[in-house]
Amino acid sequence: MENLLSIITFLPLVAAAILALFLRGDDGAARRNAKWLALLATSATFLLSLFLLTGFDPADTGFQFVEEYDWILGLQYKMGVDGISVLFVLLTTFLMPITIAACWDVETRVKEYMIAFLVLETLMLGVFCALDLVLFYLFFEAGLIPMFLIIGIWGGKERIYASFKFFLYTFLGSVLMLVAMIAMYLDAGTTDMVQLLQHNFASETLNIAGVQVLGGLQTLLFVAFFASFAVKMPMWPVHTWLPDAHVQAPTAGSVVLAAILLKMGGYGFLRFSLPMFPVAADMLAPLVFWMSAIAIVYTSLVALAQNDMKKLIAYSSVAHMGYVTLGIFAANQQGVDGAIFQMLSHGFISGALFLCVGVIYDRMHTREIDAYGGLVNRMPAYALVFMFFTMANVGLPGTSGFIGEFLTLAGIFQVNTWVAVVATSGVILSAAYALWLYRRVVFGDLIKESLRSITDMTAREKAIFAPLVAMTLLLGIYPSLVTDITGPSVANLVAGYQAALPVTTVAQIALQ
Amino acid sequence: MTSDFQTVLPEVIIAVYAMAALLYGVYTGKDRTASLLLWTTCGLFGLMALWIGAGGDGARSAFGGMFIDDPFARFAKVTILLSAAAVLAMSRDYMQRRDLLRFEYPVLVALATVGMMLMISAGDLMTLYMGLELQSLALYVIASLRRDSVKSTEAGLKYFMLGALSSGLLLYGASLVYGFAGTTLFSGILSTLSGEIPLGLLFGLVFVLSGLAFKISAAPFHMWTPDVYEGAPTPVTAFLATAPKVAAMALFGRVVHDAFGAIPGDWGQVVAALAVASMFLGAVAAIGQRDIKRLMAYSSISHMGFALMGLASGTAGGVQAMLIYMAIYVTMNIGTFAFILSMEKDGRPVTSIDSLNMYSRREPLRALAMLVLMFSLAGVPPTVGFFGKFYVLKAAVDGGMAWLAILGVIASVIGAFYYLRIVFYMYFGKEGDRLDGPMPAAQWVFLVGSAAVMLIGIVNLFGIEAPAAVAAQTLVR
Repeated sequence: MENLLSIITFLPLVAAAILALFLRGDDGAARRNAKWLALLATSATFLLSLFLLTGFDPADTGFQFVEEYDWILGLQYKMGVDGISVLFVLLTTFLMPITIAACWDVETRVKEYMIAFLVLETLMLGVFCALDLVLFYLFFEAGLIPMFLIIGIWGGKERIYASFKFFLYTFLGSVLMLVAMIAMYLDAGTTDMVQLLQHNFASETLNIAGVQVLGGLQTLLFVAFFASFAVKMPMWPVHTWLPDAHVQAPTAGSVVLAAILLKMGGYGFLRFSLPMFPVAADMLAPLVFWMSAIAIVYTSLVALAQNDMKKLIAYSSVAHMGYVTLGIFAANQQGVDGAIFQMLSHGFISGALFLCVGVIYDRMHTREIDAYGGLVNRMPAYALVFMFFTMANVGLPGTSGFIGEFLTLAGIFQVNTWVAVVATSGVILSAAYALWLYRRVVFGDLIKESLRSITDMTAREKAIFAPLVAMTLLLGIYPSLVTDITGPSVANLVAGYQAALPVTTVAQIALQ
Repeated sequence: MTSDFQTVLPEVIIAVYAMAALLYGVYTGKDRTASLLLWTTCGLFGLMALWIGAGGDGARSAFGGMFIDDPFARFAKVTILLSAAAVLAMSRDYMQRRDLLRFEYPVLVALATVGMMLMISAGDLMTLYMGLELQSLALYVIASLRRDSVKSTEAGLKYFMLGALSSGLLLYGASLVYGFAGTTLFSGILSTLSGEIPLGLLFGLVFVLSGLAFKISAAPFHMWTPDVYEGAPTPVTAFLATAPKVAAMALFGRVVHDAFGAIPGDWGQVVAALAVASMFLGAVAAIGQRDIKRLMAYSSISHMGFALMGLASGTAGGVQAMLIYMAIYVTMNIGTFAFILSMEKDGRPVTSIDSLNMYSRREPLRALAMLVLMFSLAGVPPTVGFFGKFYVLKAAVDGGMAWLAILGVIASVIGAFYYLRIVFYMYFGKEGDRLDGPMPAAQWVFLVGSAAVMLIGIVNLFGIEAPAAVAAQTLVR
């Protein structure tokens, strides 16, 4: 299994090619075949990725399953995973079959829809596996194309505005990263990320056109990468594309967007910003802290005011990503562990919440909260599932949401108490908007005429939610499943980060 | 003397062929021979490309250094010959059905191509001007090939007037350079560039560069481009957008390095300014366009800006980046124009973007090919277009022009908008009037083929990296 990572990454692409080349017609049979092939391919990818888990040695903090071939322009095709990225690969392969199953009822241009998701899966996996700067950029950026099409072709009424905004916003963020990557390439003489992780980028103060740039090259590179990852994450105040994109995207698109695509930002911070530009990261960390704290409080308040369910969950995603950035830039074991944990758990929970909205949207074709009420009377199973994920979103102990929030807050508390205080208030706010949403949609009397004939979840829908419920509970009760794998790599990352800081800053931290 | 003729043999063969073909056409069936001539011209271009591509390495010069045959010239010539052959091949059906297939068309294309090959190989300001004029005169005529159309004749006339103006600028610059350097030979000019550079020489340089900027349609010398692109028959537009651009860009590289290579600081800023102006003008002005040919005109202005960015750095890496960028650019444009050639409604050509509404539903494969080409033009990975941009950006950062690279990526984001809009019409639009279904085989092959190249090429860029590097090294010493 030498090429395991490549096989996992490109298997969905092969399936997409088969669909594109060999599946003809648009009748019922062709649609069914397209869906089954996509489900089969994503499931096979998931099963293959389990080998990754069994063959992975958590104690080894280096990259494993490494593949390396020469490419054009002195670039390399290099893939590999470590404790930080391996779980994201698994998250992706785990969620994709669920996503495909969730769009079983799509009837327009099914073949293209399946191809778009399969291509997207390849690109997302590539992002988490790539160990060459340009290869990473290639996957990172190319993911925009299928997502642009998914929102634009299968989206809601305002899909065109949303798809353009999504594309141009993220494109602008990432092209600046491209220039920074070129600068890194010229500085270090390689695009191999393993070597770049060892390379010390200059941090002496630079003077550019009369402006003193503290942290020098590192700061410039950090800012360029930050522009890309902060948009992708998304962090306040560059989050505005997300609510539009989420609201207009089809259900499966929202699931992928929230559960996987947003994680690329956090992964990028962990892979690039923290280990490669430690001086700049340390210098700018307070800024990131306050941006995150504002994000948590502000977007939680905005979520309270929403009348569109998807928008509400989208804003809640921004708030939850705020915990992730807090944890990452706290740069200690709990913080970073917690950030990874929070990203994984948010993948399950937010994905499930979007699926919950999808279930009733498929029946009533509206996302207005006011159009619902009293669903518990007709849909008890749905009420239960929705309740479970609402609680997980709030961070109820016993669910994975709690562990992520607790760890990140514990991490940030050691570094900056005030930020921790502000951020913790977000936990209360999240309970407010999530429970209020739940009350308005599910509880009360079923008085609306249109809801009288609504039906409960089908067996297929229950089957979709089952693995998500299982994972959320499992991680909530037994979090070491994750932290055992991430722990050594994170410890290595944190140690390297602290060692790279100038002596004075370390002394300051010690004094505090 | 014989060895001189051996060096210029490919040009001589094509020139003789063009004259023979002209006589043959005049004395036999006139336009009935056009189809035959078109295919023989195509074949000849293909053969010449093979011959030049395979023909030896190292640099030779002929006629006392006035004609240079080096790897740089060979790389550009192969690109030009292949793209000219491709444009001819895909234009036959279009010309035939519009009753435009005159026997002069392939002959003029052949003559223009000889002119381009001369330009690239120029080692002297005189050769430069001769090649440039031979190319331009042939192009003026084919731009107004549709003589009964007001737009086409207007395009031809506009092209001629502005082209003449640019030639005048160039000649004036050349005379200044000659006056101050005392020679028209590039190698001679280069050897005078030491110590204090006379101001007149710099003036001459700027005038020469302005004249050349007209030919590559770099802003602010771009005004003719949209009108000529729109007015000329579409196959001619396709030709204008490909081979002459490569020739003029290669000539640009030749002049700045062979003649003025000793003072990169002086022309570097001029080229950088042209690059920035072109990238932004091309990106911003295209946003409002509703006509796909005008849109492609602005797109080509923007792309020329990126190619100039490679040159601006003044390094061998920059020249290599420019050559690779141009090769990728012509490939993308050939595919896109193959598609534009096939856009018809009720048998009449249409060029408005709205007519593409929901094209993907009826012709998924062609729409997909266009989608790939559009993303490639926008420079989004995983297409080859991205690597073109990557090369020039790298060259710019490497040459200490990080600011230029940053401006470039911002322009590319603005530019992405209008490529996306074509995708938007094809995929998200509303059902509207339909375009005609059938597409001639040659156009289909070039459309799908070029899209496939854009995807498959990311494996190794079809190996053009190494020849381009060799070509660049011969130019930059």
